[in-house]
Amino acid sequence: MTDQSVTRIRLYQIAHGRTGDKGNRSNISVIAYRPEFYRAIVDQVTVERVEDLFRHRAPHQVSRYLLPQLHAINYVLDGILDGGVNDALNLDSHGKSLSGFLLDMEIVLPAALAASLEVAEPPAVDTRWPAPPRSQQPA
Amino acid sequence: MRDAEFLWVGCGAGFSGDRVDAIAPVVDTLAKCPGRRVLILETLAERTLALAQLARREDPDKGYEPLLQSMLAPVLACCLQHRIRIVGNFGAANPVAAARVIDRMAHGMGLRPPRIAVLRGDDMMVHPQVRQWQSAGPATPCGALVSANAYLGAEQIAQALDDGADIVVTGRVADPSLTVGPAMAHYGWSPDDWPRLGAATMAGHLLECGAQVTGGYFADPGFKHVPALHNVGFPIARIDADGHCVIGKANGTGGVVDGRTVKEQLLYELHDPGAYLTPDVTADITQARVAEVGENRVALKGVQGHPRPETLKVSAFYEGGWLAEGEISYAGPRAEARARLAADVLRLRADSGQPLRFDLIGVCSILADDGGRMLGAIAAGGARDVRLRVAGKFQTLEAAEHLLHEVNALYTCGPAGGGGVRTAIRRRLETRSFYVDRAGIEASYFIFQ
Repeated sequence: MTDQSVTRIRLYQIAHGRTGDKGNRSNISVIAYRPEFYRAIVDQVTVERVEDLFRHRAPHQVSRYLLPQLHAINYVLDGILDGGVNDALNLDSHGKSLSGFLLDMEIVLPAALAASLEVAEPPAVDTRWPAPPRSQQPA
Repeated sequence: MRDAEFLWVGCGAGFSGDRVDAIAPVVDTLAKCPGRRVLILETLAERTLALAQLARREDPDKGYEPLLQSMLAPVLACCLQHRIRIVGNFGAANPVAAARVIDRMAHGMGLRPPRIAVLRGDDMMVHPQVRQWQSAGPATPCGALVSANAYLGAEQIAQALDDGADIVVTGRVADPSLTVGPAMAHYGWSPDDWPRLGAATMAGHLLECGAQVTGGYFADPGFKHVPALHNVGFPIARIDADGHCVIGKANGTGGVVDGRTVKEQLLYELHDPGAYLTPDVTADITQARVAEVGENRVALKGVQGHPRPETLKVSAFYEGGWLAEGEISYAGPRAEARARLAADVLRLRADSGQPLRFDLIGVCSILADDGGRMLGAIAAGGARDVRLRVAGKFQTLEAAEHLLHEVNALYTCGPAGGGGVRTAIRRRLETRSFYVDRAGIEASYFIFQ
């Protein structure tokens, strides 16, 4: 696949989701807006990339569950909430905001598929943070 | 199946502190639905019950949902008139007191006396194992056990409704059981009818957070539009004989129910989609499907159910000392540098050996970790409107106050142009979860008189 045939987008352009919490565990759903986006999400929003993205929150374990009938994935991040709603010093002790962080992940789509995006928005450029995942940092 | 044979369940509250004025449109809509109608009110988040227990300690007549009267006053007459049953966990730490309040309300409003059932058996402070839990709390001088409650299920709710209850007041029950109980009663399911209980549990799961399935916790301008979010309507589900549901919302309200809102809420606070554990059943959504079947109407299908867990979950809360939070803002050139300097001052002045969390609101705050790894990795920059926040946990009120005194002193002793100090101290609670054999828990109901 040549560079001309793919488009870099952000996950939020092709998927939505929300965060839930139980104790020190967070779950983040990622749901494809359209069935044809699901494969790219399954292939690219891997457990490894999610662990890398949230490494500053030091999850004990990250699991994911595929729900192809719903074109959805459920990510479960253990130990990510600094103790959870009763314990964390975070203003957002529930971790409600974490889905927004995950949905900002960079995704590569075939250009033809990306061209069909209803909401095509150039990826925001923030030079300070979030720090790019290790996998995207120059060697 | 004719409409008049269905069960309709509307949710009027998804947490303690939810919008009180959302309930009336739900009741008005239910009153027009043919068949059995139930209003559920879910007002008991994890820590709400421990706070209620503290309130009951202060006043033995308190400890139930503080907004109970505000919630019920506008709808009680309509519910009694139309035989819309009310099932709610607003009893919190004192279900009998809640029943008394409702009874008096009805009397004061000149209504017929409602038949009120009160669930009991969730309070574990009298359980033989309580001694063991008492010693399992935080290893601090202030770690006394405040409350321990088991999550009860739907069976006793169903029995109370079968017994003619207009209103069922509960303490801790699993949230979906507020819906499963009425469904068991209406359709006469047995307590081991796993497929139907599984489906009804997910209907209850969709309902239990109120507006979260109708456009609340969802809107994202440019991506996920929600009409009239300011007036978001609360959900109403038609529960079918197989436990599956069609979910909609109250008439004449804003919000939206579509495939996206239902999928988001279906997965909310869910872990393994093949094993959603409740006291009633192990629900399984691995084969579930949602279908938009009309405007603001979505059907949930394909939910499966497996046998319920043998144990019940107990949530225990312990006194956890004090949480202190202080904030101060800086703006203009080098605002971020001044906020960072203020944090350095606090680190030196308020070092009590307890870890402090610092946030630079406007640079990096809620995504960061308590340990400061993320903020520490972010190079100093030129943010021009920054609010410094510091937070810490303390065993004594004096230590908590000391930190906040230091934040306040930044007005005159800190970097240039610091303004808008706000400070707050709150009681902390710590929590632990335990699992107990359901045979050791005696859940029952009685009719309030």
